[in-house]
Amino acid sequence: MTEPVNSRMHKAAVNRWLLLAPALVILCFAASGPLLIVLVYSFLQPGDYGGVVWNFSIEAWFNVLFQEDIFDETVTFADAHLSIFWRSVRLSFGTTVMAFVIGFPTAYFIATRPKQQRDMWLLLIIIPFWTNLLIRTFAIMEVIRNEGVINSALLAAGVIDSPIQILFTDFAIMLGMLYVYLPLMVLPIYASMERLDFSIVEAGYDLYASRFKVLRRIILPLVKPGVIAGSILVFVPSLGAYVTPRVLGGGKNLMVGNLIELQFGQGRNWPLGSALAVTLLVIVMVALLFYVRVATKEDIKHG
Amino acid sequence: MNSSNGGSQAVRIEAVSKVFGEGEGRVVALDNVTVGIRQNEFFTLLGPSGCGKTTLLRLIAGFEHPTGGEILLEGADISALPPYARPVNTVFQSYALFPHMTVAQNIGFGLEMLGKPRAEIDRTVDDMLQLVKMTELKDRHTNQISGGQQQRVALARALAPHPKVLLLDEPLSALDLKLRKEMQIELKRLQNETGITFVFVTHDQEEALTMSDQIAVMNNGKILQVGAPRDIYDHPADRFVAQFIGETNFLTAELASRGKSGTQVKLPSGKSVAAALPADGRTQGLVTVVVRPEHARLTKVKSKAALTGTLENIVYFGTDTHYHLQLEDKTPFIVREQNQPDGQAPYREGDQLGIEIGADAVQVLRD
Repeated sequence: MTEPVNSRMHKAAVNRWLLLAPALVILCFAASGPLLIVLVYSFLQPGDYGGVVWNFSIEAWFNVLFQEDIFDETVTFADAHLSIFWRSVRLSFGTTVMAFVIGFPTAYFIATRPKQQRDMWLLLIIIPFWTNLLIRTFAIMEVIRNEGVINSALLAAGVIDSPIQILFTDFAIMLGMLYVYLPLMVLPIYASMERLDFSIVEAGYDLYASRFKVLRRIILPLVKPGVIAGSILVFVPSLGAYVTPRVLGGGKNLMVGNLIELQFGQGRNWPLGSALAVTLLVIVMVALLFYVRVATKEDIKHG
Repeated sequence: MNSSNGGSQAVRIEAVSKVFGEGEGRVVALDNVTVGIRQNEFFTLLGPSGCGKTTLLRLIAGFEHPTGGEILLEGADISALPPYARPVNTVFQSYALFPHMTVAQNIGFGLEMLGKPRAEIDRTVDDMLQLVKMTELKDRHTNQISGGQQQRVALARALAPHPKVLLLDEPLSALDLKLRKEMQIELKRLQNETGITFVFVTHDQEEALTMSDQIAVMNNGKILQVGAPRDIYDHPADRFVAQFIGETNFLTAELASRGKSGTQVKLPSGKSVAAALPADGRTQGLVTVVVRPEHARLTKVKSKAALTGTLENIVYFGTDTHYHLQLEDKTPFIVREQNQPDGQAPYREGDQLGIEIGADAVQVLRD
């Protein structure tokens, strides 16, 4: 802080910092603190029964990307880690795209209802949020498992002879994440769509734009902030998802969240877990930077 | 207003009805409306809010579809076409400019959607910018210009594709008085220069009188009267039209015989005066007649006057003075007289005065 010009400004500045204090304390101790610990741990050696030994080492970071053969000491890429990272990005991206494809029309539908009906529709979107994540995930499992609702119905109807394997596939993970995070896409898009003056949409039709052109040239650019916010809100938690891939992906289709948990649990390799966690953080940050840059590029060009 | 010259009609509304909702919440916005709008005409739909004028405009634009009847554009039925397939454009009350585009991009949007080549779009946009005097601001975003400028952009955007009919939905209502007067003249100029048929919706009777070639007065989903401003003002067809446009005096009179000098009506005072009859009114018995305040004169000579009354109130308006009188049968009557430079008030409250009514000043109403 710079030297205050007069006491009134000084007082205002103090008040501002006091008001900010609770949030700052929480950020410091609950977010930055643990993050710092994770960062430090990633440069230490693993203890035999978990925990860390306070010796500086970059072995964990080395192991994120590479693996050393125990016998001939040749160094190769850590395929397992890379494929898990890749799967995580792929599934999260897929989830985000699906959430947009389903969430955008949903938000449009709600925003075009009469005002007194909208709250009811929003409530229906939010209701699943009131149920515990684990329970919702098991509910999905009940629907898609081999003896579940879908397969039983299809079998009974004679459409299929043997159950379709949906559970424990990548698709099951995406479906689960889509179900869990869909409201996070719908709500911000709805928020920006609700502010939209629909006479602007009519003006588009009036000026010879077809439905598709109005959507692409007028509605989408105007609700873009909502789409960006929604995509971030879906993509980021998807990338770190733990419960959903654990339950719906079975043991074999890991995502980064599971991999990290494995290192802290059975793997007893806290430094590697920490290094993987930091890597995930970096991926998220790079992806967001890239996304926001691309998504707002057109505005910069126009503005 | 007849369909005899259908060929020169830009728009024809044929028995059009529009009903919103059903059951209890059923609202009849338009009730069997028939009207024709000629080519190159400045046609105004005038009426109070909720009279159906905006609904009629939205039906022509294609944002709503009629429950019954037909809408013809240059003789072709367009009732079923979506708005983007109709060669008509709208100037919205809220302007509805695209906030993510510049002034020039807004104006060019319609042409772009029509698939015109870039060079032609650029040329037309430049012409339009010049027409509405906005060339300097063409690269601004629409939130960086004033309300009056937005209005001009909205006009240019709707005119750029050269529509067969331009629809204007109370476009001046958001402007302040001075700007509104300027835009009234501007709109008239634009209509003359472009030769496009304008259909203008307003609730402001003065706006309608000053700008229109033809006015349709609407109330409760019906068109009550269609005519030139002077017709509507001097010869209102019914009580609503007479009351809605300008100030007027209502009197009960008895239809007397038709003499050489046209129809005579007997006023409550017992005197008979010449009166104009509506096309479809009754021909005998008691009727309501109207006299505009400025078509009557006060006189101190009561014997020759058509009416007599007591002066109750004098309201000075600068250019003129309104004299509120009470006739012998307690009916209120207002006379408006031009003020003279001598500055003397010629009458006093409480005076017993005669009221002379000018020739052709008495109009018999339909109802």
